[in-house]
Amino acid sequence: MSVGALEQTLRHQRSAGRKLLVPYVTGGLGDDWLDTVRALADAGADAIEVGIPFSDPVMDGPVIQAASEAALAKGATPHSITDALRRADVGVPVVVMTYYNIAFHAGLDRFAHTLQSSQVAAAILPDLPLEEAGPWTAAADRHDVETVLLAAPTAPDERLPLICERARGFVYAVGLLGVTGERTELARSSLVIAERCKAVTDKPVLVGVGVSDAAQAVEVCSVADGVVIGSAVVRRMLDGEGPAGVAAFVASVRAALDAG
Amino acid sequence: MSLPAPSPGGRFGDFGGQFVPETLVPACQELDRAFRVAWADPEFRGELDGLLADYAGRPSPLTECHRLSEELGVRILAKREDLNHTGSHKINNVLGQALLARRMGKSRLVAETGAGQHGVATATAAALLGMECVVYMGEVDIERQALNVFRMQLLGAEVRSAQSGSRTLKDAINEAMRDWVASVETTHYCLGSVMGPHPYPWMVRELHTVIGIEARAQCDEVLGGPPDVVTACVGGGSNAIGIFSGFVDTDAELVGVEPAGGAAVGRGVPGVVHGSASYLLQDEWGQVTEAHSVSAGLDYPGVGPEHAHLADLGRARYENVEDAEVIEAFTLMSRTEGIIPALEPAHALAWVARDRALLAGRTVLFNLSGRGDKDVAQMMEVLG
Repeated sequence: MSVGALEQTLRHQRSAGRKLLVPYVTGGLGDDWLDTVRALADAGADAIEVGIPFSDPVMDGPVIQAASEAALAKGATPHSITDALRRADVGVPVVVMTYYNIAFHAGLDRFAHTLQSSQVAAAILPDLPLEEAGPWTAAADRHDVETVLLAAPTAPDERLPLICERARGFVYAVGLLGVTGERTELARSSLVIAERCKAVTDKPVLVGVGVSDAAQAVEVCSVADGVVIGSAVVRRMLDGEGPAGVAAFVASVRAALDAG
Repeated sequence: MSLPAPSPGGRFGDFGGQFVPETLVPACQELDRAFRVAWADPEFRGELDGLLADYAGRPSPLTECHRLSEELGVRILAKREDLNHTGSHKINNVLGQALLARRMGKSRLVAETGAGQHGVATATAAALLGMECVVYMGEVDIERQALNVFRMQLLGAEVRSAQSGSRTLKDAINEAMRDWVASVETTHYCLGSVMGPHPYPWMVRELHTVIGIEARAQCDEVLGGPPDVVTACVGGGSNAIGIFSGFVDTDAELVGVEPAGGAAVGRGVPGVVHGSASYLLQDEWGQVTEAHSVSAGLDYPGVGPEHAHLADLGRARYENVEDAEVIEAFTLMSRTEGIIPALEPAHALAWVARDRALLAGRTVLFNLSGRGDKDVAQMMEVLG
């Protein structure tokens, strides 16, 4: 299987000595979410994760739950978000994050096609584990949509290589036992899972869940190739910091990562 | 012959599966292995049977409902799960899961609850076995089931309010799953119905087959064979699958009764939420929609995957009834039999009452899955 656009980008940046930064934005949150996406690309994000909100986000903590509810209440739909992405010129690869029922309900092939035609490079479906992923990954592969898989601290040693082998784009290493959300300290498990993944794959390994600020990002990148930062970004959106304010935060993380 | 086991991946036909965050996959696999071993272990079965008899009060009786039968022109027998300790069938499942959790070295139970029956049962089992217990309950349900909230607290459990989404059972499940994602190393998720990721739909069914096994023998004794119809209410569907399991190999018609406002089999389309594929109430985009029922225990937009499969096979059929019909059945049973049923089983009775002309002269076994004490305050407002 050929390497997809997201993985190519991330590998290229990594080989240039750069740590990878992927912020997460809840699609449809506020009128200016797409401006936020563009501003984050300008602020030094290597790719952007865009959430298509789902009614029952079991992997998400209070911040992203609140953002999902707010976006849905304003009428966000999978169509309104992919349609906006189709017309946006983001400048870096876009990764869609949503829950499996959104894809299942649309029809897997149709959903993969929609993502492809919306300039979406990859997808993350956090409630679709390896054993159940076959029908989706077949559809996604047909449409050149890379399926990012999660690797969790609970995975036994024999399981991690299977996940890393099937993952495309990057390996999303789950930093702690828990749902998305900010934590005051980086969990020690973040470093452990990053190291375990790095030992079995040369695909980019990004740690997400519980990476909350620049210092934590730098700390985890002593092992990992990069970070996904979600709740810390979305909280700023919910607080009304606007595209410029949120971008300033992401730029500060970028600067810290570049400074090492 | 009873209901067959699902495929190794937990499939009942097109339904079921194990759609959980990666963090939980090893825990679900471990639970599957542990349950298989325990369920085949005479020592485990003996301990569970002992608790079911000496603590929960099994076997539950079969009551011939003479005055109710006369009123409706249908011969009705009630399987008295309302007489179990804690007042519903839920105790069968939680005693099994709590013993299994202890055997797996887990010291903490989390559970979701709608009406509070499963929460009370879980808190009871945790107290009995000396385990820590946290029960998630939707904010709306906490308000309408205050008595059960206090019961759980008396039993030593912590009740946590689920404040997102519809703030009912579905959101309590979300919160319980989030807790489990963070606590999986020490905690067992004591799921309350035949839903969720594999092995839950199968494991919970097996723990409730005792209902069907007893009822089959009791019907043999009273009727000389199976009844014409077996009926039970269906939210997730645990009491229904329990009693159906005893009659699936007979000619008895199996009828599940859903609330009209939460008729996942009747009005849902296939979807995936809370760990399994099944029929699901959802909007045109696949967002799960909110169920609406007078009964908090059936206020759920999905249904256990095996019911979806039985419906597809045509082996069981699923009716649905309106709240007003349920309230009428609730009062009818109280008045004619001196038994105040929970609002959940009143759904099954409401269907019998509605279709009594079609059922005239036939024999109906009805799973009286719980007692109505918890609903009395709510009914005082509705009927007062």
